[in-house]
Amino acid sequence: MRSINSQVSPKIAEIIEAATARFTAQCYELYGLPPLGGLVKTGDIYGIVCHAETAGMEPGRRPIARGKDEATEAAVYDSSPQLLKLLRSEFTASVVGYTDGEKIYQYLPPRPTRIHSFVYICQPEEVREFSGSFDFFNILLNASLTVPTEELIAAALRQMSLAQEDPRAFLVAAGKELANILSTDFIRLKNILGRLL
Amino acid sequence: MGQNSSTHLTNGNKYMNQGNNQRLGIVIGASLEKGVDVRLDAPISVEDMVVGRYVTIQGRQRRFFGMITDVSLKFSDDRLSISPPDVADPFIAEILNGTSTFGTIHVTPMLTIGGDAKAVLEGPQPVKTIPAHFSTVNLATEEDIEGVFGKEDEERFSIGNPLDMETKLCLNLEEFARRSNGIFGKSGTGKTFLTRILLIGMLQKSKAVNLIFDMHSEYGWAGTREGGGTVKGLKQLFPDKVAVFTLDEMSSKRRKVSTDFVVKIGLNEITPEDIAILRATLNLTDLAVEAAYQLRKILGRDWLNKILNLPEEEVEELLKGADIHESSFQSLKRGLGTIGRLGFVVQEAKEDAVKVILDYLQSGRNVVLEFGRYQEIAAYLLVANMLSRRIYTRYQQQMEEAIAEDDQAKKPRPLVITIEEAHKFLDTEVADKTIFGTIAREMRKYNVTLLVIDQRPSGISEDVMSQLGTKITCLLDNDRDIDSVLAGVSGKNELKAVLSRLAPRQQALIFGHAVPMPVAFQPVAYDTKFYAGLNKKTEKTDGKDIEKLWE
Repeated sequence: MRSINSQVSPKIAEIIEAATARFTAQCYELYGLPPLGGLVKTGDIYGIVCHAETAGMEPGRRPIARGKDEATEAAVYDSSPQLLKLLRSEFTASVVGYTDGEKIYQYLPPRPTRIHSFVYICQPEEVREFSGSFDFFNILLNASLTVPTEELIAAALRQMSLAQEDPRAFLVAAGKELANILSTDFIRLKNILGRLL
Repeated sequence: MGQNSSTHLTNGNKYMNQGNNQRLGIVIGASLEKGVDVRLDAPISVEDMVVGRYVTIQGRQRRFFGMITDVSLKFSDDRLSISPPDVADPFIAEILNGTSTFGTIHVTPMLTIGGDAKAVLEGPQPVKTIPAHFSTVNLATEEDIEGVFGKEDEERFSIGNPLDMETKLCLNLEEFARRSNGIFGKSGTGKTFLTRILLIGMLQKSKAVNLIFDMHSEYGWAGTREGGGTVKGLKQLFPDKVAVFTLDEMSSKRRKVSTDFVVKIGLNEITPEDIAILRATLNLTDLAVEAAYQLRKILGRDWLNKILNLPEEEVEELLKGADIHESSFQSLKRGLGTIGRLGFVVQEAKEDAVKVILDYLQSGRNVVLEFGRYQEIAAYLLVANMLSRRIYTRYQQQMEEAIAEDDQAKKPRPLVITIEEAHKFLDTEVADKTIFGTIAREMRKYNVTLLVIDQRPSGISEDVMSQLGTKITCLLDNDRDIDSVLAGVSGKNELKAVLSRLAPRQQALIFGHAVPMPVAFQPVAYDTKFYAGLNKKTEKTDGKDIEKLWE
């Protein structure tokens, strides 16, 4: 049995909120966020990073400005090492598919992931495997997101293209697929295509 | 495979060529009446699609054979036309090509091939249904064309290549010669060359003999080529099979034509019927024509001579007795005078031209009758009509005798009469009166058919046009001419698009009885290479190097 496995890469985050169509994870490192549009995996479930934020640990307690007397931004953190414990980075990924260990299905999984599952960034090989099909466009186009859909799809394709042997050919193929899906909405298509290169 | 070198698409192989066929696209809509719409695949450029080319459509149970009759550009979203994308960016252009912007072609299906084994044996059939949704459309291959039109063989003769193809387009000339046919086209589009090729084809591949009324003396011996140079005539290529007759010995001698017979027409051979069809040409009144019939009755066989030479007083008496008005008589006399002055018209012909022609034809030799300097239409009409009528009568007799005795061997050889300026013989007014109208209508009953050549087909009577078996037409640009040529053909509007876009020279459209479906084609070049090809074929039969003989 061929296994699709990305567990070789170090885990970067842990699930703190899980739903059918999305999951939110907290990064182990402050600012250790995956890029927008990056393909991540938790358990058998794939997600595309669609939102990220860094804020104080406790809701309602906002960070205050500390750098008035510091020369550099790094010095702010150096002089207040507790900041690393008081702040946290979180990201949300839109679920775009899952695997049964053999095949990748680009539609929503039967049940959501579990809290405290580890989250990994997919390695180029796995990204290539996943991006063999563009069925996930449909999930993204219909998801309710905090960022514009066009931005997210373009970002995801840019990220995926980095893992390809021929990034341009990949983007052309993806563009054609989008052109078919968005055949009646040229403005939207134009917005995505303009953000691909 | 163009840009689809990636494996990113799940159907990444969809543009792969299948065998030798070049895949063009898929069927996206069709109606039997209006034809099939095909969406082109992304790598196929609309600019490579030209009307008149052949495609095959692989349906579920059968294959369809059709012709491209229209090419168009489509958008998936109208907003593309309002705010066009930046196609200067090759990336955007590549993505939009074949997706949001795509080409379509309109295909008129002509034939179906196959279905079950029995249908395959029957060969291509006229189309009675349409292919299913998303059937694959390929450019027709050489084998496909060969499958439909057949290979060059005992009966088939290659007349050219379908447009943009290397395949030979073969015509079954035995079948062709069985009906009356027409060659049309504007002046200078290559009708004469096409006719020469067809005549040579019939000479070689069919049992029919030809009688050619050669108005401009360009078939029998050397003809001219537009833009200088001469081309060989039929007799130069086939000295054994072709005889050149002439009406104008002087002209033939000047052109160094080896003629076989000089045709003279006796005044006593001309009948009032011959005059009737010249009514418009000779500017005769109806009453004058009427007078001709009456005078023939009164004066007998030598009527024409008498009218022209009768002294005044006798004329007066004659007119009184016959109740003919003086002005009608003068009109008739003036007209007959024109005929009398023609150099080949004599008091009485020593030899019966019709008999000589018939003897030649019966021995299997083709006859080209040159008109030399007598290029006026009156002379052509008179001679062609007179001779043909009498030849036809003889054919009719022989045929009837053969039928009565039930003897196939007695049937006269099939005869094809070639006439130029056909609308003068076959216009609505005279088609009923000339023999050619009869031949066209009664077709092959008596083994005589016509090959009409004309530049104004709209002038030819509808009755006659509808009886023509195979029509070959070069470029026509008058709407009425186009309509009249295409009248009654299925897919007329589509063919119109093809016809009006033929190149002004050496391209033609053939459709009708002898071909399974209409084809736009480029006739074979009539040059030394063509002669050499003929040589090879004739060498087998008579072993003579004709090319050398005439150099």
